[in-house]
Amino acid sequence: MKLLGFLLLLAGWAIVLTAIVLLPGAAVRAGFIAAGVGVEILGMVLAVRAHLILRGEKE
Amino acid sequence: MTPPAIGNSQEIRTALCVFLILLVPLAGAGLSLINTGLGRSRSAAHAMLTSLCVVAAAAGAYFVCGFAWQGFIGGPAHSFTVGGKTWSWLAAEPLFLRGHDWGGSSASLAACLGVFSVGLTALIPLGSGSDRWRLGAACASSALLAGVTFPLFAHWVWGGGWLAQLGVNYGLGRGFLDAGGAGTIQTVGGLTALSIVWILGPRHGKYLTEGMPAVIPGHNAIYVSLGCLLALVGWTGLNCAGAILFTGAAPARLPLVLINTLLGAGSAGLAAAATTRWRFGRPDVSIAANGWVGGLVAASASAPFVAPAAAVVIGLFAGVLVALTVEWLELHLSIDDPGGSISVHALAGIWGLLALGIFAQIPGPVANVSLAPALPAPGDSGQFLAQLVGVATLLGFVLPLTFGLNWLLNKLLPQRVPVEGERQGLDLYELGSSAYPEFVTHTDEFTQQ
Repeated sequence: MKLLGFLLLLAGWAIVLTAIVLLPGAAVRAGFIAAGVGVEILGMVLAVRAHLILRGEKE
Repeated sequence: MTPPAIGNSQEIRTALCVFLILLVPLAGAGLSLINTGLGRSRSAAHAMLTSLCVVAAAAGAYFVCGFAWQGFIGGPAHSFTVGGKTWSWLAAEPLFLRGHDWGGSSASLAACLGVFSVGLTALIPLGSGSDRWRLGAACASSALLAGVTFPLFAHWVWGGGWLAQLGVNYGLGRGFLDAGGAGTIQTVGGLTALSIVWILGPRHGKYLTEGMPAVIPGHNAIYVSLGCLLALVGWTGLNCAGAILFTGAAPARLPLVLINTLLGAGSAGLAAAATTRWRFGRPDVSIAANGWVGGLVAASASAPFVAPAAAVVIGLFAGVLVALTVEWLELHLSIDDPGGSISVHALAGIWGLLALGIFAQIPGPVANVSLAPALPAPGDSGQFLAQLVGVATLLGFVLPLTFGLNWLLNKLLPQRVPVEGERQGLDLYELGSSAYPEFVTHTDEFTQQ
């Protein structure tokens, strides 16, 4: 799950970069950048959850 | 008698920058004292020695390849072109700091500030790895941070890289701005601290059974408070030097930077103290101190660009944010961060970067892409978006990179001491002597079991 979280972080960043390069309209670009950040937040949630599960298993 | 000739403006600027850079080690001294004071007494000497060693390791790695990959505005860089726009992604300076004009050039001053900044960055994860991080592993991790992670992001922001170019290339305000290193130093260090916590795990006895985690208080509130005061002096130098070198601010703007730095720290410290007073009935020294440093961190990015009232708002929010998230990370996310580095440096740093996009009033051209300042963009509506792209880069690229590097390092060189090391304390286990030999050893979770 932690790996998936980090992959989502990278995917979110890729969405942000793609939005900057490919989308000329300010509103659409802002929307896609926000979407990329949203994917990153999802990735952070997964990485944190994975950390919690690992700790639970150790106990 | 004729008065001595006053040097030209370039010489005055150089002397001013050198003086300001000389203050920066005080920020490092402050962070070291804070990290030591918030740790246990049986690891205090280890904490201070590790601080010295990681600064040395970071400076060495920065000397070898760090500045070569960070570079400076207008220097040689590796670039590629996408859609007709140039993206500068890595500097191409010579290794070992060769080939520079050491006669006061902007690049030499940037290298000088960089070597102190990278030392400060390396100190940040020490607070998170307190009481369980091996000395050798901390040095190796710091070398990776100073040789790879820091220079890469610093080039993108301070070296005229693609984040700084967002304004020129894509009309996003003036591009990503970070005058004093809220992102480049603080958030990079804070995200490395998060990686270290995930890799090391919590201290033995912190999360014993279900229910509330055990409280392991810091051992010296005086160190912590003194560290905050030293940090204030160091941060003023850092923010002022950064404003001159990385945004082209005129020396006349420095009083605003100084005032905003103090207002940010003060309002954050008060806000954190008030929050803990409201939450626990009394102000908490360690969290109020963390709030103070969080205010310094949050004010770093925008100190030359915001009005003093905005600096107060930025500080107030940072103080509340730090006070609440220190508790939240520990209770709900099982993140054992004795120094509060993740809240103070990563979260407050991210808030400071976004706050610049909200509150900044940039009066004129900003020299963050070339030494000739870029003309103001029509309106500055895209500034928040530029800051958001920078934050997305920190979360989406820097965090996976720094976690991956430290994960690999952990496979080669285990970073955590064994349980026996924690029981003895790192002073005895790794150094063979204690910081306070006359102290009586207190009972703790080990003797209670």
